[in-house]
Order: sequence, then structure tokens, then C-alpha cells
Amino acid sequence: MTSAHAESVNGSLPHEPEKATLEGRNKVLGFWLFLGGESVLFGTLFATFLALRNQTNDGPTAHELFSLPTTAAATLILLVSSLTSVFAVQAMHRHKAAALRLWLIITVILGLGFLGLEVYEFHEYVTAEKFGMTTSAFSSAFYTLVGFHGAHVAFGVCWIGILIGQLYKKGLTVVTAPKVYVSAMYWHFIDVVWVFIFSVVYLLGKVG
Amino acid sequence: MAHAHSVKRHTGLMDWLTTVDHKKIAILYLLAGGLFFGFGGVEALLIRLQLIKPMNDLVSAQTFNELITMHGTTMIFLGVMPVIFALMNAVIPLQIGARDVAFPFVNALGFWTFLFGGILLNLSWIMGGAPDAGWTAYTPLSTSTYSTTHGVDFYTVGLQIAGLGTLIGGINFLATIITMRAPGMSFMRMPMFTWTSFITSAMILFAFPAITVGLVLLSFDRILGANFFEVSNGGNPVLWQHIFWIFGHPEVYILILPAFGVISEVIPTFARKRLFGYSSMVFATILIAFLGFMVWAHHMFTTGLGPIANALFSIATMLIAVPTGIKIFNWLFTMWGGQIRFTSANLFAIGFVPTFVMGGVTGVMLASAPADYQFHDTYFVVAHFHYVIVGGLVFGLFAGLHYWWPKMFGRVLNETIGKWTFWFFAIGFHLTFFVQHFLGLMGMQRRIFTYLPNQDFDTLNLVSTVGAFLMAVGVLLFLFNCFMTAAKPKGVANDPWEDGRTLEWAIPSPPPEYNFKQIPLVRGLDAYWKEKMAGNKEMTPAEPLGSIHMPSPTILPFVMSVGIFIAGLGLMFSSEKFNNSFMSMIFNNWIVVIIGLVITFGSMLLRSLFDDHGWHIEPEELEEEGVKA
Repeated sequence: MTSAHAESVNGSLPHEPEKATLEGRNKVLGFWLFLGGESVLFGTLFATFLALRNQTNDGPTAHELFSLPTTAAATLILLVSSLTSVFAVQAMHRHKAAALRLWLIITVILGLGFLGLEVYEFHEYVTAEKFGMTTSAFSSAFYTLVGFHGAHVAFGVCWIGILIGQLYKKGLTVVTAPKVYVSAMYWHFIDVVWVFIFSVVYLLGKVG
Repeated sequence: MAHAHSVKRHTGLMDWLTTVDHKKIAILYLLAGGLFFGFGGVEALLIRLQLIKPMNDLVSAQTFNELITMHGTTMIFLGVMPVIFALMNAVIPLQIGARDVAFPFVNALGFWTFLFGGILLNLSWIMGGAPDAGWTAYTPLSTSTYSTTHGVDFYTVGLQIAGLGTLIGGINFLATIITMRAPGMSFMRMPMFTWTSFITSAMILFAFPAITVGLVLLSFDRILGANFFEVSNGGNPVLWQHIFWIFGHPEVYILILPAFGVISEVIPTFARKRLFGYSSMVFATILIAFLGFMVWAHHMFTTGLGPIANALFSIATMLIAVPTGIKIFNWLFTMWGGQIRFTSANLFAIGFVPTFVMGGVTGVMLASAPADYQFHDTYFVVAHFHYVIVGGLVFGLFAGLHYWWPKMFGRVLNETIGKWTFWFFAIGFHLTFFVQHFLGLMGMQRRIFTYLPNQDFDTLNLVSTVGAFLMAVGVLLFLFNCFMTAAKPKGVANDPWEDGRTLEWAIPSPPPEYNFKQIPLVRGLDAYWKEKMAGNKEMTPAEPLGSIHMPSPTILPFVMSVGIFIAGLGLMFSSEKFNNSFMSMIFNNWIVVIIGLVITFGSMLLRSLFDDHGWHIEPEELEEEGVKA
């Protein structure tokens, strides 16, 4: 096995530093597998939501609740953050540590913006619309599915935030590169999940 | 070249708490799994004692419900799963010619989360009552309306934590088998046990997240007042059945496939023949796994899904008999014309074949939806699944343990006691469960805590209970054998069975912590046997002697699991009314949950911030050890 930190000196960093060591390659593969499991997790949550989405128990319905402009703004923010995380990985492949950090910071800020909108949305539902976890089977399924996604975004924001700190302290090395790469994979995954939430929960609720 | 990092080597208890060595983790899994297997066994004996005669009052109806729930849950999630993981950990890296698994840290984490989940679940006995809604925890029986103690909370939270451990263990083995194989070991040269473990791990990956969600939904209903299964507020109890069985049916194949793998190793070794139909064995395994995901609704024939769904799931279920039959015939043809040695391991393997066939035949009977209306919820079903899980899986595990014991511990189990173990266990098993087929056909329902006399149930139940105690004698003999063997000095040959075919038999027993001094070059299926036939005493190395990189031991997996355990307890009692104001304050304000999560996420943060550079074993040390050995 190659010793990881010995190759961290700038200049000798390979083109794809995330795949330079066996540990790095294992991490990427293991993370793909983990995302396979995550797909089943969200698949089950989606199935639950689809089964219960019309069970409103005389509470607010999807059509009454959702506002597409707010959700569209959240979608736009999250999609752009996925793009910026692509730029971050491209900067990493060009060994531009400063650009990498900058794109990651922008990704985190966009992620926080998305979370802010979601917290605002949930707050409105609970206070103004009297739509809480216990209102109906629809509300339980809605908060669980969208909340699971929101928790994933929050975890991702903290994770990438910590990685930015590590990049400042340790620089771009064959140890930090796989971490950045798998966090970007994670970020894309929760972005894809959001696309499905936007379609299945919001669009279908509004027009379906 | 690497800096020489000095690494703190722990001894005694700390060594076990901090180990990331797959061979030690295997022993931990075996100890913990054995302990829970013992709990589940005692529960089984109490069930059988209660049913020994009509109108018995040894235990109350409530206790009986708790016993059957905990027996099923404990045996499946905490008894046999960890013993399977013990064998996988002990054997797979050796069989593929690797020095360790892909993620040693994650491997340790998987064990500790499993253990703390199991402890949490079993704490229910002393903390206000065990779960009582059956191992399937069907709603609405398991909702807070009908199950008012914390029992089902222990079930949901305990299984959630234990399931997390299983899931990450599965990911670890998938990655290990994909990336860590020795040069020359293509997929179609992998030993059968590695293959079945690989497929099992893939099934774990795609099945366990479903139960994760199911348990979350049930916890939310019970703890946060959500309405997933509350019919009066729009919920749907059948949803639980779907989610549970979308996980639950693959789970039974997750359990049985590794046993198929063990049998496919033991039978060729002791028949001194290569496995008949290796490639058909591989494809049968894949096909079983695929079909295993397609048949969950056969547990729900009587739920009322309608004739079309029942017919489709019925046919899909019957299809599984085809690949399983392929396997049975392959084992028979492997033995055909071989020079069979009836060691204890092989007795269990040979005993497995007819026993499992009987379980398979009743499986096809149950797959017929109209007939299932008669069989459903009777002892016929109980007999069926004990034939496949005990007669199949547990026989397989005993075969595997007797077979790999010298590799794991450096001592061969006593063969005479091993044979007594087999005969007591096998005869006891058939006495216990064969008669249950007829009890079921005569109309005895499962899960009833007692029955009236003069329904022709009396004698058969007595026979069944006697059989259960014979099985217990078999298990005690095995335990006695383990302790007796442990007292003997170490020192068996690399290949104590003399006919070992796969790579694990090419290295010392037990292997050094780096497994292979030099990674071996694999030149065919049954790599070690091939070298032996070519007249070579050991494997040809694929690399020069060099410095070996090892991961550092760490306490973090243990601490992370303690954190999850604390958070789980906090969640369960978050809305409990305590008499003590301090307890109310810390539980009702979620402080306990927060403390637990801070411990877990804090440990994750530490793991991320401080790189593990590992340490190296230098060639000189390897040479010294070689001289000593």
C-alpha cells in the first residue's frame, strides 16, 4: 500500500488525487454502495408518501398548502449548488486548492439558503396552516419524507463545512481529496432526491 | 517512504475494545452472537415448557407473547446474523488473499453498533416489559393504542441500531470482495463461501434500508404521534406489512445464503472432490437473491391483496425452488464418487441437505395461495421456517464453526464430542419440529399460549418439548467442547483437515495479524488445492517481501456506538412521566438524546480531523517471526 501523506507535496499530486491510493478508491466505491442503500431508504419513504398522500383527515390538502414559487426557488438554489460542487471537483482535478475552497464555500452557502427556505416553509405550515406531524397521515408522510431530505442537506452542509476547514489546515492531499470527492457525490445524490421530491410531492400535489 | 509512526499497542480488555483486526472482530461477533443465541434458546425452552401440556400455567399469556416476540427477534437479528458475520469476518479476507477488509474502522463500528442495539433490545426485560407484538410487530397491534408498555419502543430503537451495524457490515464486505482480491482471483475463481457472502451483503444493502424506514415510521407513530398506521387519522396498517416483508423476505435469504456457502466449502473438502457445477452454483445464488426480492407478498396471502397479486407472488415463490434445487443436486453430485470423511463438520453439512429439502418442500406447499389460507398462522408455518432456519442455517453454522474453528483459534474441536453434538442436535431438531407439521395441519394455531385437552394436540406437543431439550443438550455439548478445546495448547497445522482447497488453509492457524506475509498469486479455482496438485508446498507469492501497512487500533467505534445507545434510550423515554424531577428534566427536554448524538457525531468529527496513518510491520520483523515459528 502506498503511504498516503508522503505524496501530498504539491506538484507530485496525480490528476485524480481522490483515486491515487487504495484507501481513496475503496472510499469512493464504498460510498457508491452506501448511496445504493440510501436509494432504497428514500424509495421506501416515497412509496409511503404516495400511499398516504390523499389521506388528509380533514386537514389541509397538498393543493391548499403548497406554493410553487417558493419551492421553485428552493429547487433552483439546490440545483445551482450541485453545479458549484461540480466546479469544486473540477478545481480539485486541476489542483487549484483556493478555487476548490471557494466553490465549496459557495455550495455550503447555497445549501444553507435552501435549508432556510425549508425551515420557513415548515414554520408557516405549522403556525399559519395548523399542519403538523400529527394532523393526518398525509402530514406525517410529508414531514418524514421532506424532513429526511432536509436532515440530509443539514448533515451535508456540516460535513462540507468541516472539509473546508481541513482544506485550509491540511491542504489538498491524497487524504483530503477522496473526502471532497465523496462529499460531492453525496451532495449530488441529495440533489437528485430533491428533484423527485419536487415532482412527486409538490408538482403532483399542486396539479395531480 | 513513510515516516515510522509509533503506535500504541493495547493489551487485555483495551485490545478487544479498540481492535480493527477482522480476525478479532470475528471472535467478538461469535461471542456476542453466542450469548444472544443462548438468550433466544432459553426463551425457546420456556415456550416449549409452557406448551408441554394442555392448559399449562407456567407463564402468563402476556409473558408468553413477550417470549415468542423476543425469541424470534433475538434469534434472527442478534443470534444467527452475528454468527454469520463472525464466519464472514474470520474467513473472507483469508479466502480472497487479503491482509484486511476494505474498511477496518467501519468493520469495528458495525460490530459495536450491533452489540449495543442488541443490549438495548434485551434491556426491555428489566425495564418495564419486553416487546409483545410478535417478531413481525404487525400494526395496529404494535401501535401505542394496543401496546402500551415501552416494549415495542425497545424493539424499534434496538433493531434500528443493530440494523445500522449490519448495513455497514454489508457495505464493508461488498467493497472488500470487489477491491481486495489477490492477483489472479477473478470473480469466477472466488470460493463459494465468498460468493454467497458477497451476494448476501448486496441483499443486506438493498433490504435493510427498508426496515430502517419501517422502524422510523413506527417510532414516529409511537413517540411523536404520527399517523402512518393510525386508521382513524388516515393511516394504513397494511403499509407496515409491505415494508416489513420487503425487508423480511430478503432477510431470510440473507440468512440462508451464507449457510449454502459453508456447505459448498465443507462438502468438497471432505469428499476430496471439487465442487460439482461451480458456475451453476454461482448463478443459482444470484437468481435466488434476485427472486428473493420479488416474493415478499407471499407472507400476506390472507391479507386480501386479491387473486391476481396472490397468483403472481405464488408463481414467483415457486420459481425459487428451481435454483435451490440446482444447489441440492450439485451437493449430491459433489459427494457422488468422492472419498467422504464423516467429520463433525461434514456430518452437519450432510445432515443439512435432506433437512433443508424438507423445509423447501413445505415452502412450495405454502407458496400455493389457496392452500396457504389453511396453513396460515398454524404450526405448519412454524415447522416450515424452523426447518429452513434451524435445519438449514443453524446446521450450516455448526458445520462452519467445526470446520473453521482450527483456523480461528488454532485448535481443533474434539471430534467425538462434535459427533455427539450433531446427533443430539439433529435428532432433537426433528423431534421438535417434524411433529409440528401435523399439529399445524390439525389446526393448532401459532402464538397461542395454551390449548384445551383432547384435541389430539397433547402427545405431539409433549414430543416437541422433549425434542427441544435434546437440542439444548446438543448446544451444551458444543459449548463444553469449546471450553475443553480452549484449555488445550495451540498449534495445529496450516491445513488441519489435510484436504483444504482454499487460500485460508495456506497460512498458519490462527493467522498472524497481517494474514499473508506476501500476497499470494492465484492460478485457478480452489487456489491452494491447485498448488498442492502441482506439487508445491505453499502458494507462489505475487509480491516481494516488503513493509506491511496496518491500520491503528481505535476506541472511536466503541464510543460512537455508546453515543447511539444513549441517544436511543433518550428517544424512547422522551415523553415518559418520571417521578424524579431530574430525570424528567433530562429526558423530557431531549437532553439525553442530544448528549448521545454529541458523543457520536463528535467521534465522527475526531475521526475526520485526525488522519490515521497506521503503522508498518517491517520485513525484518516478518523474518524474525518466521524463525520463531
